[in-house]
Amino acid sequence: MRKLDDRNIDLGEIIPELDDHIIICRCEEITKGEIREAVHMGMFTMTEVKRLLRPGMGLCQGQTCSRYVRNIIAKELGVSPLEIEDNVARPPMRPIELQVFGNEVESE
Amino acid sequence: MSVKIADVIIIGSGIVGSSAAYYCRKKGLSVIVLEAEIIGHGGSSRNGGGVRQSGRDARELPLAMYAVKHIWPNLKEELGVDPEYMQKGYLVCGYNEEHKRGIENRIKVAAAAGIEMTLLQGKDIQEVNPYVSEHVTCAGWTPSDGSANPLTATLGFYKRARELGAQYYTHEVVVKLQIVRGSVKRVLTEKGNVYEGSQIIVAAGYEGRNIIKTVGLDVPVYPRLVDVIITEAAAPMFDHMIGGMSGFYGHQTNHGSFVFGNSTGREQTLGCYADKLYSTAYNPAFICNTVGVDIPALKPLKIIRTWSGWIDMCTDGVPVIGEVKDLPGVILDIGSTGHGFCPGPAVGQTLAEIANGEETSVDISKLAYERFDYATKSKKYYA
Repeated sequence: MRKLDDRNIDLGEIIPELDDHIIICRCEEITKGEIREAVHMGMFTMTEVKRLLRPGMGLCQGQTCSRYVRNIIAKELGVSPLEIEDNVARPPMRPIELQVFGNEVESE
Repeated sequence: MSVKIADVIIIGSGIVGSSAAYYCRKKGLSVIVLEAEIIGHGGSSRNGGGVRQSGRDARELPLAMYAVKHIWPNLKEELGVDPEYMQKGYLVCGYNEEHKRGIENRIKVAAAAGIEMTLLQGKDIQEVNPYVSEHVTCAGWTPSDGSANPLTATLGFYKRARELGAQYYTHEVVVKLQIVRGSVKRVLTEKGNVYEGSQIIVAAGYEGRNIIKTVGLDVPVYPRLVDVIITEAAAPMFDHMIGGMSGFYGHQTNHGSFVFGNSTGREQTLGCYADKLYSTAYNPAFICNTVGVDIPALKPLKIIRTWSGWIDMCTDGVPVIGEVKDLPGVILDIGSTGHGFCPGPAVGQTLAEIANGEETSVDISKLAYERFDYATKSKKYYA
């Protein structure tokens, strides 16, 4: 079994760090400390951290902060960032107005 | 290979699996939860967040009503995570005679169960929601309905159950159940691990069908793909759930973004299945169209994300919940048919009560597994 698939591994006490107040996800204003706390609550994947706190759910959809979030989670769990699966990208590529999206016409 | 033992083995870590784990731990039962993907991968995280009693089948209504009355209001304190539950009502919009008849039918079912639901017409509709288009001529209004955040609610149950000592294993794909001395007792996984418990709860959505087939059980469920759109955050406009008889449903979240879901019903003919979780090309456009027609004020809002999920359709519209008469040791929750989020915690509590050998707080006799069994037997007798 991969280490991260056992959700009961002991991460120890959460030790405050000097830069815990730094904002990692600028769109949703999520700090490093909040992400670290979420990992200690049992959120071991990018998707779970995102669903709980919203980093990567804002206007840029994680294009800016994904790497930082991933590194923070990996460091907290004591694994390589490569072991943390990246967030899923979803359409649309750019924000698009509801009235434009809903006005599709069949081409000739 | 390893053998792990607990009082209760739960397959599936969604809102039902995780709330069952939470209630089992509160009763002092040891719990192992097995999840094939990550926490809440299925419909628990992929739904519109409606905590709705109106428009439900009378057979499953008691579970939804129990959850609204006894569970949802206290969850924030119980879990230590905010599920953003708001009981601000549900407005369902229609614009023709057929829609009106549909709403009147829902009112009849609601009234029989003692839920207040009224038919609104003309200007009364705009009084509840000033953003609704004037072409909406009739609407059903249920003040006791509401909404919640599926993501934090599901993860909140997981977090609390884990704190209380439930053992979670992710990416642990169950391939087989095993019967030992006449009772379902063992769970075998793809990685070759074995889990043993005196009660096995199967709350794995439609994938549960393949799991229970290994001990000769079957429930007629099939997956159906639906899409959801998310808008950018907007200033607060209205705080109740809204839906249309044209099929869309959604609400404005605490965060300010709007969430709306719908489907055209053409997914299967176009080759969209739940094993490929792609957003379809046409559903999001269809949602935007139906929402824009009923709530024109939302037209300038930008869509920032679309996602898809699947509904575990049960052929008769309600899930199978509870024990199987002829096969002890297995407790089922399968086939929520797209409305399993609101009653989810109540289902979890019911499953935990059954696992602990207690009388259930809610009557689930109409959701029994045997309702399909009888049908096949009678065919055999009279064919």
